[in-house]
Amino acid sequence: MLLKDHAKLMQAIMVSGEITGRKKLQKMIYIAKKVSFPFQERFQFHFYGPYSEELTTRVEELCNMGFLNEVKEKKGGYFQYRYTLTEAGEEFLSMNEVEMPCLQDCFVDMNEQNARFLELVSTVLYFDNLSKEEVTDKVFTLKSSQRYTVAEIEEAYQYIDTLKTKIQ
Amino acid sequence: MATEELGMQRGRGKSMQYAAEKLTEEKVFKDPVHRYVHVRDLVIWDLIGTKEFQRLRRIKQLGTTFLTFHGAEHSRFNHSLGVYEIVRRIIDDVFAGRPEWNDDERLLTLCAALLHDLGHGPFSHSFEKVFDLDHEELTRAIILGDTEVNKVLLRVSADFPTEVAEVIAKTSAKKLVVSLISSQIDADRMDYLQRDAYFTGVSYGQFDMERILRVMRPREDQVVIKKSGMHAVEDYIMSRYQMYWQVYFHPVSRSAEVILTKILHRAKQLFEENYAFKYEPIHFTSIFHEKMTLEDYLKLDESVILYYFQIWQEEADPILCDLCRRFVNRNLFKYAEFDPAKEYKKLAKLTALFEQAGIDPDYYLVVDSSSDLPYDFYRPGEEEERLPIHLLMKNGELRELSRESEIVDAISGKRRTDHKLYYPADFLDDDTTDKEIKQQIRALLE
Repeated sequence: MLLKDHAKLMQAIMVSGEITGRKKLQKMIYIAKKVSFPFQERFQFHFYGPYSEELTTRVEELCNMGFLNEVKEKKGGYFQYRYTLTEAGEEFLSMNEVEMPCLQDCFVDMNEQNARFLELVSTVLYFDNLSKEEVTDKVFTLKSSQRYTVAEIEEAYQYIDTLKTKIQ
Repeated sequence: MATEELGMQRGRGKSMQYAAEKLTEEKVFKDPVHRYVHVRDLVIWDLIGTKEFQRLRRIKQLGTTFLTFHGAEHSRFNHSLGVYEIVRRIIDDVFAGRPEWNDDERLLTLCAALLHDLGHGPFSHSFEKVFDLDHEELTRAIILGDTEVNKVLLRVSADFPTEVAEVIAKTSAKKLVVSLISSQIDADRMDYLQRDAYFTGVSYGQFDMERILRVMRPREDQVVIKKSGMHAVEDYIMSRYQMYWQVYFHPVSRSAEVILTKILHRAKQLFEENYAFKYEPIHFTSIFHEKMTLEDYLKLDESVILYYFQIWQEEADPILCDLCRRFVNRNLFKYAEFDPAKEYKKLAKLTALFEQAGIDPDYYLVVDSSSDLPYDFYRPGEEEERLPIHLLMKNGELRELSRESEIVDAISGKRRTDHKLYYPADFLDDDTTDKEIKQQIRALLE
């Protein structure tokens, strides 16, 4: 199938309606990949958590192809980007749909969370080979500027369980 | 040990701690990019001598690029030494004595710089894609596993291997150390841009690294650049941009990469279908079974892969045999520009025609996109996706580079992306079979 990995991203954005924020989009795809949706982009840990250069380029390609619409908006002292699927994108997807059950349920839910919380959830998932205590320690040292609390970390764990339940 | 190093004596003063132990005479490696790579620390010298580090001599830095730029035969060994040397100069010549820099981190930083690419495999980009591997995870596995590298690091302290692995994985709390090895202006990029330019012979990729090193300043969680050095950084960003389009994304190298990927896919598929290989691919068996051990992985290098490509030319399977001949003899696929948005219906038609002509489109009709490559542009990190390059202003304020530099702002705005369609022109030009179908295909590709 042509551009299968691109189609998966388009589908994620379509079922979400719109996604506001590049950071949010990165974290949503990473979380979805970790809870077993078949996204192929490779992620590495960066200053602000898991990040995929491949995903960034793929989104740029989709914008240049005219399949995604990117709107740059000023928010406070910085810019933010909002993504929606274009008509051409919808047409392409109608012919190249990828089977991903429960995608809408998970993406709509993640889209309702804020980027700061998704950054925490993705960080917790990145260290899923460590114990909860070790993860908490990692969050406090690596994400000290975000000042996450123990309660928020607990909430992140519960949220991951909720997502996993949705896809069962 | 290798013959290029100068200096002979190793000092092993038993009263000194291993971490602080120095060679009695400095060793130097001649290097075409940095002139000399200087080694004084015994730990570094011992790491270079391990078999896992020596393996990097047998893995080319630029994969298939040598089929386009014939000089590009340099290895990950060369590059790793180069990254180490740049970091050593930053620490010893620029950061030493500055209050923001903790010299206790010196050995950790040097080891991470030297070992940052240790997990790369043969033609690693394609190899990792086909077999779903991650060189960063493999680097960690080598550093923490039962290896010679691990034994050397353990002599420093019990937790030292983990510390080094965390810096390389960017999960260390020592963010300044991490940013020296991996950030948007790090020693890794500064070495590979210059080294790749040197070995490919292109005139892009040159920038004033000495100047950049002199204006680097340590901060608590990142390296910043004095505003007075902005023009040298502009040059570095431009060089990165030009190398991307002229070397890293060269359409002929991509063609070789496409064929390489398809060979690995084909061999894997044949193995899964219990195909009787003329010569058993013993080096691939565990990876085909998805039961690869670290020991198996470390036995794989480009000499081994090229050996199989050589013997697979004699296989009965026509696709595997043909693809290997193409790679070994550099009979690569031709390409056409491809606009997926406007031409995806045409591609569906081409796919059907290829099938009618008996040319398997899964192996002989391939779309390759810019996102398939492991290289990147400078990104200003407007939404905290990646940490940008920060300029240190005279008043102590930090400003993101593209807000001060019009040149950087211009090339970090809207990106050019690119897609190409690869196909075997010689098959299509052979009119002895399916002449009419092939004519239709050629007309669509024109």
